[in-house]
Amino acid sequence: MGLELYLDLLSQPCRALYIFARSNNIPFEFKRVQLAKGQHKTEEFRKVNVLMKVPALRDGSFTLAESIAILLYLVQKFKTPDHWYPSDLQKRARVDEYLSWQHVNIRAKGSKLFLTKVLLPLITGQPLPPEKLEFVTEELNVVLKQFEEKFLQDKPFIAGSEVSLADLVALVELMQVSINPSTAGHPVCAGYNLFEERPKLTEWRRRVEEAVGKQLFQEAHKEIMNVKNLTADHFAPELMENFKQQLLKQN
Amino acid sequence: MGLELYLDLLSQPCRSIYIFARSNNIPFEFKHVELFKGPSKSEDAGKVSLLKKVPALKDGDFTLAECSTAILLYLSRKYNTPDHWYPSDIQKRARVDEYLSWHHANIRANAPKTMWIKVLIPLFTGQPLPSEKLQEVMEGLSTSLKQFEERFLQDKAFIIGSEISLADLVAIVELMQPVGVGCDIFEDRPRLREWRRRVEDAVGKELFFQAHEMILNIKELSNIQIDPQLKEQLAPVLMKLLK
Repeated sequence: MGLELYLDLLSQPCRALYIFARSNNIPFEFKRVQLAKGQHKTEEFRKVNVLMKVPALRDGSFTLAESIAILLYLVQKFKTPDHWYPSDLQKRARVDEYLSWQHVNIRAKGSKLFLTKVLLPLITGQPLPPEKLEFVTEELNVVLKQFEEKFLQDKPFIAGSEVSLADLVALVELMQVSINPSTAGHPVCAGYNLFEERPKLTEWRRRVEEAVGKQLFQEAHKEIMNVKNLTADHFAPELMENFKQQLLKQN
Repeated sequence: MGLELYLDLLSQPCRSIYIFARSNNIPFEFKHVELFKGPSKSEDAGKVSLLKKVPALKDGDFTLAECSTAILLYLSRKYNTPDHWYPSDIQKRARVDEYLSWHHANIRANAPKTMWIKVLIPLFTGQPLPSEKLQEVMEGLSTSLKQFEERFLQDKAFIIGSEISLADLVAIVELMQPVGVGCDIFEDRPRLREWRRRVEDAVGKELFFQAHEMILNIKELSNIQIDPQLKEQLAPVLMKLLK
């Protein structure tokens, strides 16, 4: 039994992992875990990750959770090209710095906006009040500014002249909030076009896509780009109520 | 000019770096940053902005800030610290990475709030401590602690097994924060209590307590003259935390 990656491509960290593994031709078995169907709560999946989250890895008897840990494991095991996680002490520290900072910043604020702007209306059938949306959007704007000023600056990539894990982990999060969902019969949810007003980020995005392979990048993002097709009936009924409560509590 | 570490030992990430550096005899200049005094006196005032830039490392022209993980890893590599801190064994290393990643949105999400709620909010805003909010935070922390014991520590001496690593250090300093403000999370958790004792022994009890002196004497904080500008800036942030 070879390497297994448990993924749902609707999830940002899963996409980072998927793109990284495929881009580096790492052989693995794609084990789909559909969050909407509650497949992360099955006893079977619990054996892989007791924390019941995706992504997760199983390599023989070894299991691992947390996308950052999994990415670093793959880097080490498959000896991927140096630029992904540079051996140069200072460049590596730059990557570590981003990977560490992003948890409660880009990832947290980005996820919150996605839940608020996209998922909640899809599930509850109601859009959120504009002031709430504005507040959550502003929070993300603040961290995006920090991202540009502190991490990216005027470099082509976060660590310098070549793409690294940091860029990949960052971009999948930004993709999550750039989608434009609209569902028939519901008020159009205006997309948050974060790239539109940020030419530097747009250029950086283009470079990252090229570095991993445009086709692979787009393939990985196909599901999330079509998230508007995810209506209430796609969700397992037993999850719906729980989900609704959770989402409402976030606000 | 050698290695400079900008630290305020009231801050958990600062403590993990301080303990790690001292425990491994890494030579550094301790640049004391007093988070609540405001930047007016320190020469690096422009760089060290309120509550955002500690811990920070300066190694010649190279700076690292806000991220204790990156700083700890940098130090472990540059000074070739003993292998157990960040093992070269791929699976053991993955366990450390896994904890360090999970830590941010879990233990670190709630543990620090105990101090905000019990000490800082009353101090800064003059409002009494909101007990329902504290309960909410303690419940969140409880859940994280359960997961910590179940997934990360289990029945091992330390997170990776028989030796201490960066993961244990990062975890313990965070958990001392509620202890300092009177929420002793070790009280009803014998397994965690034992683990704490082992971590203290592994880094050196004296060093451990020295690093935690400030947080364990938190009532001294009430006597600190807080920079009025800081008070003004932080009050709304703290009120938001109350929501």
